[in-house]
Amino acid sequence: MTADGPSSKPVHLRWSAVGLVILGGSAGTLVRYLLALVVPTWNGMPLGIFLINVTGAFLLGWLLETLVRRGPDVGGRRTLRVLLGTGVLGGYTTYSTFAVDADGLLLASRFAESALYGLATVVVGAAASIAGILLGARLHRAGRS
Amino acid sequence: MAPLWVVVALSLAGGVGAACRFVLDGIVRSRVRLAYPVGTMLINVTGSLLLGFVTGLALAHALPQEWRLILGTGFLGGYTTFSTASFETVRLAQERRWRAAAVNAFGMMIAALLAAGLGLWLGALI
Repeated sequence: MTADGPSSKPVHLRWSAVGLVILGGSAGTLVRYLLALVVPTWNGMPLGIFLINVTGAFLLGWLLETLVRRGPDVGGRRTLRVLLGTGVLGGYTTYSTFAVDADGLLLASRFAESALYGLATVVVGAAASIAGILLGARLHRAGRS
Repeated sequence: MAPLWVVVALSLAGGVGAACRFVLDGIVRSRVRLAYPVGTMLINVTGSLLLGFVTGLALAHALPQEWRLILGTGFLGGYTTFSTASFETVRLAQERRWRAAAVNAFGMMIAALLAAGLGLWLGALI
């Protein structure tokens, strides 16, 4: 199955691609729900959602860098990007829960924890994205030599 | 853990939320000719507003716990995304567009927290 149909419709308006995103997004959401359930909070901060967002950022960096180095965004590569990137990792990570949890810490007057949670997510998340991109680039070079 | 039907429903709702993100981001990309990823910003800020509202309703006991899980953890959790936002921040930084990268990282966080706060307040009003 591929996201490329004979039609000239843009990819986001093709049912085949939308179906891949629903499939991947459902799987990613299930894993996020289960992980958030088993990882305890740390000093009131939602450690589970933090780990989910950071690992998701790392994996998306690796995936997109790997795909872009293998060739243009068509055919099987686009299918993988839409299924795994937009679907699985997009559904696995979340911004809304991050924002509401950070607000919850503020409303509980836990200002230091709120600032730490917010900044650590954004900064460590960006570092994880960079690490994923670098790993994808390195593995690609290693595979070619 | 919630009953099995709730877990199945919240997973599927997450898939539908992800599909809404995919379609909306595609529409924004095709209409808005800006070299800035506005789609993800729009999605994450509106999703945070709505999750604040759903959470506020649930805290006021105006929404059953199952629906908080299906609409909040499921649909809105799948609709919003952190991984793409973080990736786009790094891409902007790679292009040495430092201000745009900072807005995408910290501006989005502040906007989402404000939107979620507004949602929580609106949810508690009802």
